[in-house]
Amino acid sequence: MKPAPFAYHAPDQLDEVLALLGDQDHEVRLLAGGQSLVPMMNFRLAAPEVLVDLRRVESLRQLRHSGDGTLAIGAGVRQSALLREPVVTDGWPLLSEGARHIGHPQVRSRGTVCGSLAHHDPTAELPALAVALDARMVLASASGTRERSADEFFVSYYTVALEPGEMLLEVRFPRCPAAAGWSFKEVARRRGDFALVGVAALVEAGDDGTVSRARLVFCGVAERPFRALDAEQAVVSGASFEEAGRLVSEAVRPMGSIHASAEYRRECAGELAARALSEAWERATGG
Amino acid sequence: MPPDGLIGQALPRVEDERLLRGAGRYVDDIHPEGCLEAAFLRSPFAHARVTNVDLSEAVRAPGVVAAFDGAQAAALAGPLVFDMARIVPEPVRRSVDPLVRVQPMPSLATDRVTFVGQPVAMVVAESRYLAEDALQLIDVEYEDLPVVVDPERALEPDAPLLEPEWEDNVAIAFNFRKGDPDAAFAAAHATVEERFRSHRYMAAPIETRGVVAAVDPFDGRLTVWASSQTPHLLRDFLAGALGYAPDRLRVVAPDVGGGFGMKGSIYPEDLLVPMAARELGRPVKWIEDRAEDLASSTHGREQVHRIALAADADGRILALRDDIVHNAGAFTTLGLVVPYNSLTHLLGPYDIEAVDVRMRVALTNTGVTAPFRGAGRPETVFAVERAMDRLARELGMDPAELRERNMVRPEQMPYATGLVYRDGADQVYDSGDYPGLLRKARELVDAEELLAQSSEERRIGVGYAAYTEGTGVGPFESARVSVEPGGKVIVRYGGASQGQGHRTTLAQIAADALGVRFEDVEVRGGDSGELAQGFGTIASRTLVLAGNAIVEAATEVRERAKRIAAEMLEISPDDLELAEGAFSPKGSPGTKLPLGDVAGFLSPFNPARPKGESADLAAGSIYRPSTVTYAAGVHAVVVAVDVATGMVELLRYAVAHDCGRVVNPTIADGQIAGGVMQGIGGALYEELVYDDAGQLVTGSFLDYLLPTASEAPELRLAHLDVPSPLNPLGVKGLGEGGAIGPPAAIANAVEDALHELGVVVREGPLGPSRVRELIREAVKAGHGKVNTVGS
Ligand SMILES: Cc1cc2nc3c(=O)[nH]c(=O)nc-3n(C[C@H](O)[C@H](O)[C@H](O)COP(=O)(O)OP(=O)(O)OC[C@H]3O[C@@H](n4cnc5c(N)ncnc54)[C@H](O)[C@@H]3O)c2cc1C
Repeated sequence: MKPAPFAYHAPDQLDEVLALLGDQDHEVRLLAGGQSLVPMMNFRLAAPEVLVDLRRVESLRQLRHSGDGTLAIGAGVRQSALLREPVVTDGWPLLSEGARHIGHPQVRSRGTVCGSLAHHDPTAELPALAVALDARMVLASASGTRERSADEFFVSYYTVALEPGEMLLEVRFPRCPAAAGWSFKEVARRRGDFALVGVAALVEAGDDGTVSRARLVFCGVAERPFRALDAEQAVVSGASFEEAGRLVSEAVRPMGSIHASAEYRRECAGELAARALSEAWERATGG
Repeated sequence: MPPDGLIGQALPRVEDERLLRGAGRYVDDIHPEGCLEAAFLRSPFAHARVTNVDLSEAVRAPGVVAAFDGAQAAALAGPLVFDMARIVPEPVRRSVDPLVRVQPMPSLATDRVTFVGQPVAMVVAESRYLAEDALQLIDVEYEDLPVVVDPERALEPDAPLLEPEWEDNVAIAFNFRKGDPDAAFAAAHATVEERFRSHRYMAAPIETRGVVAAVDPFDGRLTVWASSQTPHLLRDFLAGALGYAPDRLRVVAPDVGGGFGMKGSIYPEDLLVPMAARELGRPVKWIEDRAEDLASSTHGREQVHRIALAADADGRILALRDDIVHNAGAFTTLGLVVPYNSLTHLLGPYDIEAVDVRMRVALTNTGVTAPFRGAGRPETVFAVERAMDRLARELGMDPAELRERNMVRPEQMPYATGLVYRDGADQVYDSGDYPGLLRKARELVDAEELLAQSSEERRIGVGYAAYTEGTGVGPFESARVSVEPGGKVIVRYGGASQGQGHRTTLAQIAADALGVRFEDVEVRGGDSGELAQGFGTIASRTLVLAGNAIVEAATEVRERAKRIAAEMLEISPDDLELAEGAFSPKGSPGTKLPLGDVAGFLSPFNPARPKGESADLAAGSIYRPSTVTYAAGVHAVVVAVDVATGMVELLRYAVAHDCGRVVNPTIADGQIAGGVMQGIGGALYEELVYDDAGQLVTGSFLDYLLPTASEAPELRLAHLDVPSPLNPLGVKGLGEGGAIGPPAAIANAVEDALHELGVVVREGPLGPSRVRELIREAVKAGHGKVNTVGS
């Protein structure tokens, strides 16, 4: 459990990071919180030749709340900030609540928000939250920056829409509608484990007292965050939360693992959907 | 019981201050100058022929000093031969006539590998990093052989053979019968029969194994620091295997971060690291990493029981039948120990007249199973205690009531089971109040108010598990007590601590037995250089054996000191008292002759010293118990099951325990709490899973799930102590008991919670996916109905 040899750089300027990342002749990896990468290196499942550590780049450590209500989280911001910063806990309570399920305090105070998104474990909470909250991903390379929606960003297991030489510079969360009720539900083997199934739910109540908008995004049931469009639609059309849950169970095609069979994940996704929708609805209607 | 002198007092552990400051000294903290580091190449296959091992590139890699393959290792040190495992006491032979086959284990595989993780080659380099880099340059050619993982499959006639020279995979087999079980089953009012499986999990101590070895260039003596429970046995083994006289070899177990039986075995690395140090003339270190520990250190459990109970209409159990298959893994290193424990703890606290048991131990292409906290008892208790609940259900009786009706009553003590214990003595429970333990556990868990909160969606159930535990097995432990001229008392014992607090409890015992202050006693263990003889800390034995050895040695020192003090004071020894480290004539407590002065009086520098007396005020003792003492316990737990998600929540956990006289209540409680947490791990989280190809699927802590503080339930403990009449201290062992009950108690509680759905729990761990599967199966079979969203 010792990593293979590698070269290590810890520049303090972003352009140096991007220059090093652009090296086509070596396998270069960014080191953010190291909570996924370092174990993989110790198991020699990853053996990058060059590591570029982000920790000295001051400009990446910013969490900005801009005038239009957008929350921008730089590549150096730790997951623990989502639980600690009042702008997040007040404005994006769903993001805070979801992040609470990531590992333990030790993991969250090293692991970064962008690292989790770029790593894209399909059972991780943050990719599902990014899709649920319509996040925008800012990608940067030595030749410039571009933006992608969260939905476009997550491709498949551990694969995202980053080109060689490109990094996730920051993630931007648009203002969360104040009237939206929210809920995050998850089952895991132990507290802090990766989810067997997790779901982020958002609902808004219309003037007539029915559901006007619903959002349901899962982790742990597919190769990427899974948005249950049919169930969302059904809820808006007046279906009960239990019916929506049944639609979710029919729609998902999860994989099995030693910790949970595909069948388990399928039925659990439905159950959690129903529970999350009713909790979100209670919050939306002040019930 | 109220404290009696220091015994019974909850003194703070003298170990803690140093350990909490981070000043512990574990094997990895020992790094002699010029120390090299070893790394092992391990088999990626469960069963294969090894046709070629090419080390040529590895030996040329940067920083590499040497590399060894199986042939080289065999030439330098030979295989590991487990002679002790072959010993079967004559009375055991007469009782069950066992077949016991023990294979030698190659230190590095030569021609074959038989489990994933078996060491195949060793590289020694300037650092562990460089050694691991070189491992990647070793080229091994394997030819696949057929794999068998399942122990029942391994016993089938056409199963692949682990040992080509054997006709089958049976390593150990025995039968036991008493009474007339066939007649009892034929006449019974009710019978139940089930297949229960105790799954494989392991100790996973926070400190993995580790070995450092160094040859002293001055005199050629070899010192080995090992994270071992049995440093003296390791010394004797290494002396034989490496050709050292035992006095030229010292084995030290410094601070050890948990063992739980796993560090009571002897492993290939224990031999290879000292061998390399001797060959290379430089110190060598190897620290096991977590992946190595999970794959290559000994595992625990894994038995399949086909168990049946027969009872009359009043719930009196008339007979028990059990057909047990035990998975040994690829080698049997300890012979009868675990499977025979399963036999001698099958009846537990129950008085059952007719018994028929068959045990077969199968070799398979999996990691070696060996004692792990409970060592055969949790396996057997899982089967019996689950069967008790099935029987209670069948009879329509309260499961606690059924247990109480069948328990050996206090007035039946001492109670002979009709079995012979592993040490060759008749199995006779020395003391205990089993119904009292059950009543106490019920009272503590106070289930009623919690059960009343049960609902369709969140069902609540209660479960029990009762057990006995033979503790303090022989053959012996040694101790030496000496008084230094300054008055300080040094107690040396042949065991070794892995966190049990020996420096505290043994000092309490010694201080009381000698008549000195607790602060003046220093306890030293785990070092063959301190005491020539020793056996080690396994099998809940150290308090019983070393404790009583210390009492004997301390008593001898006290009597001799009294005789000399009497000469010094020119009065009769009968008129002297020793308290708080000083003699006083009876009736004149003001006059004091400190014990240290008595020791000083013997100094060779003292011209007035008594002739013919040796210069040290010390005595040694070897304590050999007649047989084991029987600790016992009853666990009771209340659980809530979320029917839709299958999540199990422990609402309250209670243990009523009898470990004889309690020496230190804080330490006793800690031992039980730690054991319960390991048992909860087995019940709900931990499982070592092999796939059909013999690959270990749970090879890291990502998949092997230990319970953490977040998973700890509210724990209520009570001691109901019935002193053992078998030893002067009246103590019984307690290290393992906490881990025996939880798998059975929790499974019983989960089944109780879900009984209306018709769920039967046959194996653990009870993770949410398995619980949902049980519910789905039961509902499909039409036993019950439940509405959930997903099904
Ligand atoms: C015990 C434990 C429990 C955990 N439990 C959970 C859990 O319950 N849920 C969960 O979601 N996660 C969990 N994790 C993982 C944790 O959230 C990681 O922190 C996260 O997956 C990766 O973030 P990081 O900053 O540590 O990235 P690193 O480990 O440093 O990097 C991960 C990968 O992403 C790349 N990368 C990092 N930053 C960027 C970037 N800005 N742009 C492009 N590529 C980048 C790296 O090159 C690397 O390939 C757990 C980890 C541990 C050790």
